[in-house]
Amino acid sequence: MARAFRLTGNHLALKTILKLKELTKKFGSLTAVDALTFNIQKGNVYGILGPNGSGKSTTLGMVLNVVNPSSGSFEWFGGEMNTHEALKKVGAIIESPNFYPSMSAEDNLKLVCKIKGVDYSRIDDVLEIVNLHDRKKDHFKSYSLGMKQRLAIASALLNDPEILILDEPTNGLDPQGIHQIREIIKKIAADGMTILLASHLLDEVEKVCSHVVVIRKGVKLYAGPVDELNATHGFFELKSEHKDELKSFLDTHSAIERYDEEDSGLIKAILAQPYEAKFLNKECFDKGILLTHLVKRKETLEEQFLKLTKNQ
Amino acid sequence: MKRLFLIEFHKLRNNRAAKILSLIYFILFSAIALFASIKFNFGSIDFRLADQGIFNFPFIWHFNAYFVAFLKLFLAVVIVSMVSSEYTNRTLKQNLIDGLSKKEFILSKFYGVLGFAIASTLLLFIVSLVLGLIFSDYDEFSIIFSDLEYIFAYFLKLVGFFSMCLFFGILLKRSAFALGFLFLLWIFEGIVQLFIKFQAESLDFILNVLPLQSMSNLIIEPFTRLGIVKSAATQLNSEFTKSYDVEWSTLLIVLAWSFIFIYSSWKLLQKRDL
Repeated sequence: MARAFRLTGNHLALKTILKLKELTKKFGSLTAVDALTFNIQKGNVYGILGPNGSGKSTTLGMVLNVVNPSSGSFEWFGGEMNTHEALKKVGAIIESPNFYPSMSAEDNLKLVCKIKGVDYSRIDDVLEIVNLHDRKKDHFKSYSLGMKQRLAIASALLNDPEILILDEPTNGLDPQGIHQIREIIKKIAADGMTILLASHLLDEVEKVCSHVVVIRKGVKLYAGPVDELNATHGFFELKSEHKDELKSFLDTHSAIERYDEEDSGLIKAILAQPYEAKFLNKECFDKGILLTHLVKRKETLEEQFLKLTKNQ
Repeated sequence: MKRLFLIEFHKLRNNRAAKILSLIYFILFSAIALFASIKFNFGSIDFRLADQGIFNFPFIWHFNAYFVAFLKLFLAVVIVSMVSSEYTNRTLKQNLIDGLSKKEFILSKFYGVLGFAIASTLLLFIVSLVLGLIFSDYDEFSIIFSDLEYIFAYFLKLVGFFSMCLFFGILLKRSAFALGFLFLLWIFEGIVQLFIKFQAESLDFILNVLPLQSMSNLIIEPFTRLGIVKSAATQLNSEFTKSYDVEWSTLLIVLAWSFIFIYSSWKLLQKRDL
């Protein structure tokens, strides 16, 4: 089975792997990436979130040496080596899996080993991780899309990379394929590897990422821990036949920041501080307000994301 | 350098089309040489090409180098497709992401080109040597190994031609376009040649620097040098004052073209977003 991935000690936790400084890419009059600045620290799992065409892939293309930046700069591993040397310590898959169709999986991986300058010893290990070991002698072109994507992940793991970059890894896969890929990513993340995951699928990011960078039209909207994306304490969903009493009660309550009434009659009370549902329930009852519906929720990343991209 | 060559070799070894075409090339190569040694019976006359003096040292170096050069088209297809398939399979992108620099990518392709040129040249040398040893009327050591500059010229001709194919492959990204472009260039140079010959003879220096023309100038046709043709010509009182030597200037021009093609491939790739 796979050798354990290099674990991140606390003393390494602040090591910066990738630094973007005002990175910009223009295609003619279109600015695909606009002065993007953020850092990737070792040991975290990052998500780059953005709708389709927001510049995620272009950003990754620039740091991966296939797209030339229009201005700005980026720096791998503190700038101690040039980009293509640094990329030998990176594992990356982009959009679709790209391999030589008439080569077997094994030969394709051997080629990657030659490029990265590592020996063949990990080939069997990584094929095992992605469950392709039985098919390693088969031509790449005979693989299904899900298998191709898994092979791409295997290839990215060959050099026991410092960081794994995944661009839309589940794009175009069937539910089973999506599940397999997510399980693999979770497993790798649990081993302490630094991961940068670009996706427009929010639940995908929510499930594995600790940090998130949100971009829209090439502009950074947010960068930081997922929890702080919208620094709220959650909200209550309330329904009652005594709607007016409920509203005036909420107006005076110190833990409630504000409330919105939705079309369905549902009242959404946003918390200003941590507060338990049972206390609110009791207070309402004491005031003679009978609740027919009470749920305490935190906004999903999706709601936060939509709010963030709408506000701009 | 070894790493880059091994990368390219690994790609070629696992590419069936490249393998088959290369195999056909090297088989044809040997077969053509053998063909010349077969005896033909035209009724009562026995005719054997080998007896016409074409396999005499040192003439054989010149003759074979000229004669088998057209086979390079086979390898041109291999080279163009090994470049363009990197675009269509998007493996070029993946190579770069895996940590190959754009310069290393071009260099690895160039080493592939050198590999093909060296292998062809070696084969030419061995086949010619064997044929010569069998059929040549002269077999003194000093004669056998004279005029070897034709072998070197052949090598450079292949390097130049393959570098051009490499460049077209990088430029146009599709093998069909690249080969079509090669064909267009050939026609274009033909038109320029005709124009200069009949309209502007003072510009004939241009002919020496055109890429395809300069490559073909490396090895001048050997037929009029053949004893039988020569004696026929003398009987017809026409004078032969043609030089059959490999010219230094031509060597330099082809070398310069090879450099230009490889360097432009690199610069082109550097400028491109993939």
